[in-house]
Amino acid sequence: MPLPYTEKVMDHFMHPRNLGQIEEPDAVATMGNPACGDMIKLYLKIDEGTKRITEIKFESYGCASNIATASITTEMAKGKTLEEAKKIGWKRADEELGGLPPVKIHCAVLAIDALQMAIENYEHQHGLLKVKVPTDEKVAIKRLKHVIDPKSGREILQANLVKDVAVADGRVRVELNLPRDYQFASALEEEIRERLEPLWDVREVEVPFVGED
Amino acid sequence: MEQERIYLDNAASTRVAPEVMEAMLPYFTEHYAVASSQFSHTPGIQAKEALDRARGAIAAKIGAQPEELIFTSGGTEANNLALKGAAYANRKKGKHIITTKVEHLSVLHPCRSLEKDFSITYLDVDREGFIDLTQLEDSITDETILVSVQAVNQEVGTIQDIKEIGRICHERGVLFHTDAALALGWLPLNVQEANIDLASLSAHKLHGPKGAGGLYVRQGVKIKEMIEGGYNEFDRRAGTENIPGAVGFAKAVEIFKSEDSQYVQKLRDRLMERLLQIEGAELNGPKGERRHPGNVNISFRFAEGEAVTLHLDMKGIAVITGSACFSRALEPSHVLMAMGLTHERAHSSIRYTLSRYNTPEELERAAEATGEVVERLRQISPMGEPEGGR
Repeated sequence: MPLPYTEKVMDHFMHPRNLGQIEEPDAVATMGNPACGDMIKLYLKIDEGTKRITEIKFESYGCASNIATASITTEMAKGKTLEEAKKIGWKRADEELGGLPPVKIHCAVLAIDALQMAIENYEHQHGLLKVKVPTDEKVAIKRLKHVIDPKSGREILQANLVKDVAVADGRVRVELNLPRDYQFASALEEEIRERLEPLWDVREVEVPFVGED
Repeated sequence: MEQERIYLDNAASTRVAPEVMEAMLPYFTEHYAVASSQFSHTPGIQAKEALDRARGAIAAKIGAQPEELIFTSGGTEANNLALKGAAYANRKKGKHIITTKVEHLSVLHPCRSLEKDFSITYLDVDREGFIDLTQLEDSITDETILVSVQAVNQEVGTIQDIKEIGRICHERGVLFHTDAALALGWLPLNVQEANIDLASLSAHKLHGPKGAGGLYVRQGVKIKEMIEGGYNEFDRRAGTENIPGAVGFAKAVEIFKSEDSQYVQKLRDRLMERLLQIEGAELNGPKGERRHPGNVNISFRFAEGEAVTLHLDMKGIAVITGSACFSRALEPSHVLMAMGLTHERAHSSIRYTLSRYNTPEELERAAEATGEVVERLRQISPMGEPEGGR
């Protein structure tokens, strides 16, 4: 095949496994953003007793590498315990696929990040954290990494769109340096909520748009 | 069993016409002497004559004199020679060059290297890819020596008003270069009428061979030689002339008729109409007469471009995308970005470029296949159908 992809990549791209949604999932994570072309949403069903991933599904708005990596990742993670699944990194997924072109590795990373984020979210919500780090400004800011402004395609932190982050009594307030009528206001707000709400001690997330109109 | 392939990437390169192939063959097997041996032997004279004939035919097509046409290895070399050659030959007159943000990389990258000795203005374009003539006029200063604006855009097919640009440049006494690679044959192109001083041409965009192109240089316009060596091409471009290439180039120009353009334009409009019926489809670039007859560029919301092109390839259809996932620089199309479109719009853009060898049936199949692929990708997307999004 003259394409730069292995047969296995093409197989998973053309016939993705575990595609779709899970009704009432135990954990969800969304990674990426339409602005960077690739976006993936991962759903997990986890057995509370054994801590095994009993069901896993994904949806992707992405290129071939993204779809193929997500597909193989779901196959690799299904039936594993959370501890086992945590060890799945992009290198293993890449090996399993027979190797992606180097320029496409970042697409693979996104799928793996989604899996790890979903597991992390589950642990936060089910009291499984070994060390319960209380959410402070630093923790919150770390979770906002890779949130991208759809207009400029830049990370909101790097583009200085985050004016202020404040945490008090389980309430996180992320002030954005953007006007309320910003074209992508609701998309950004939703993404920020998805990042912060799963944290174990966070009860409420506020995302005010404080930029001038 | 492989199904019949449908090739819709003709702005990248075209199939060599059978007539062109036939015209070239004797220059590989029988008349293979070099043109500079014209004073020593008969084969050399025959080679020189073939080269002269080819030069005359192509020059005549654009309203130029034969000695105003330099053969090059293609459009990229022509653009390099035009920009660097004209800039360095005229640097005593001034150090300012004007171009646009949507040029082909073979203009933009030479401009980037010229930045060390010249100041360059990159003109904006509007939502349809047109430059603003007032901005052009306002950008010309006493220091300006050269304006370079493409005739046709490679991605969205926008046709610039080169006559008006030529008039402005002529009035202000600055050189006007146009990258006419996608205009030659397809559109009327006359260097006199449009006051063009330098024009880059390419053979393989109109069913000629790859590795053949040319630069029109108006008589009296100085350019600095880039490739040094023997005394070929009026001492302006050294290297043994690609005679089969030149012969094929001339044949391709000769047989490309305006009816071909009209035929392709009809196909284009039909394809565009069919594709725009797909939910969430948005046209990139202008409509009608101000768009290249063979160009269709459409974004299908929530369907990532690289995934679309690969699926279409599985169905035997060759197209490209402006998505960052497709680009080797991992950046979305600089043309769509300059037009003020969102990253997302670029990521879901698909370019179909047609030729006279395409048939209505092929385009019907391409439109249908696109609809299926887009629908399939949306089904697996977390954003669902276009109406539900945003």
